[in-house]
Amino acid sequence: MKLLEINNIKKSFDDLEVLKDISISVEEGEVVSILGPSGSGKSTLLRCATMLETMDAGSLMYCGESAVSDVDGKAVYAPKDNLKRIQNYFGLVFQNFNLFPHYTVLKNIIDAPVHIQKRDKKEVTKEAMELLSQMGIEDKADYYPCQLSGGQQQRVAIARALAMKPKILFFDEPTSALDPELTSEILKVLRLLASRKMTMVIVTHEIEFARNVSDRVIFMDEGYIVEQGRPADVIDNPANDRVRAFLAKVKG
Amino acid sequence: MKKKPLIAVMIFSALLIPALLSSCGVSGDDGGALGWFFGVIIQLSSGMWASLELFALTLIFSMPLGLLVCFLRRSRFKVIELVAKFYISIMRGTPLMLQLLVVYFGPYFVFRIPLSTEYRFYAAIIGFALNYAAYFAEIYRSGIEAVPKGQYEAAKVLGYSRQQTFMKIVFPQMVRHILPPVTNEIITLVKDTSLAFAIAFVEMFTLAKQISASESNIMPLFVAGLFYYIFNLVVSFVMGKVEKKMNYYSR
Repeated sequence: MKLLEINNIKKSFDDLEVLKDISISVEEGEVVSILGPSGSGKSTLLRCATMLETMDAGSLMYCGESAVSDVDGKAVYAPKDNLKRIQNYFGLVFQNFNLFPHYTVLKNIIDAPVHIQKRDKKEVTKEAMELLSQMGIEDKADYYPCQLSGGQQQRVAIARALAMKPKILFFDEPTSALDPELTSEILKVLRLLASRKMTMVIVTHEIEFARNVSDRVIFMDEGYIVEQGRPADVIDNPANDRVRAFLAKVKG
Repeated sequence: MKKKPLIAVMIFSALLIPALLSSCGVSGDDGGALGWFFGVIIQLSSGMWASLELFALTLIFSMPLGLLVCFLRRSRFKVIELVAKFYISIMRGTPLMLQLLVVYFGPYFVFRIPLSTEYRFYAAIIGFALNYAAYFAEIYRSGIEAVPKGQYEAAKVLGYSRQQTFMKIVFPQMVRHILPPVTNEIITLVKDTSLAFAIAFVEMFTLAKQISASESNIMPLFVAGLFYYIFNLVVSFVMGKVEKKMNYYSR
């Protein structure tokens, strides 16, 4: 089943065309990595998919429900109630965590499920504690985000996103704000999620990680998808010159 | 615990002043400098109460009103934003004393509504609240804008509505950001209450001036100064506590 379907998305900031014509679909259980040089539009794509940015043209569908449809080359958003429901299908983990500093770790995780999704607080708390223990930080439940390391904060952010029970989880460069040691902590968590068949779309610069974990790699450049396929093909045997040049630079 | 010396200074000065007075040879009719000192305080006390009332009511009205002005100032509608901006610029750009006069005498000069004594009190509160609301609005705005954009985005992805985002995520963080400038504003207000004399509202400073003039003695004014000073020590102390309490997280 297709969880996410994006067709012919276009997005400009003033005169700068960031996304030129991008279509992606993601199957249930699939792990997709998006690679590419900075400025290629990866983050903008993610921000359009999560509706933090409005797209100019194209369509967006989650689990068969239309969030944005293309009417004569213009993006038309679905009614507010539909969008509110669709919002529950996905979660997003940010580069700089964006935890709520005035809430404890536990409150960060349970507040939205309890007050937005109106789920039972006891049950949500139990699930949150399970998530924290899977992340290896169950002892931090009553801490405030500022008392945690970057890696721990990002694990809380992942737990917060998972507590909403999304069908698909987006990661916007989840390790870019972290040093190598903390990066490996987060990659470990992502591997764990992948092994459990969590559907994920990950924008990342970690080439090795993308090769090992993802089912499919998408390479973006200048607002286009220039190559996509199995990691072994795209990363080890790229057909496109720009992909080859980028990978050569990144691998050193 | 570090605040203990401060309290000691306050008590010390309260004890010192009568001693100082007696050494200066100032003494009241009913025997002794201390007696005179308390006599002045009793004479001033009704004014103190009026000052306190003015202070408290101004805060009670101006702080929420400031939030409203802040919302208007941040409105998506250009016209509303401009009106709020104009309001703020008038309130900040003209003397508070003048504003008090306008509020007090305005109804009479414009509509020929006769002035009443009770209105004096209301005019003072209205004038102060309108003026302070403008300052609070700008302080709130700075506090809201200090909340990173990522907080709004995280809230949006988690499904919080705009109101929920403001109430649960932005407002608590704003409060923390604005405590130091709000403390400043409150301290200024304590002293500004004395401006109410412009419309002959009898608060403490007005009384102190009257007593000082009738007794041709500077001391009542000195006592008035002491009142404002101690009042502000208490304000700083309380706000320091509040700030500490809000410091349970740091950015």
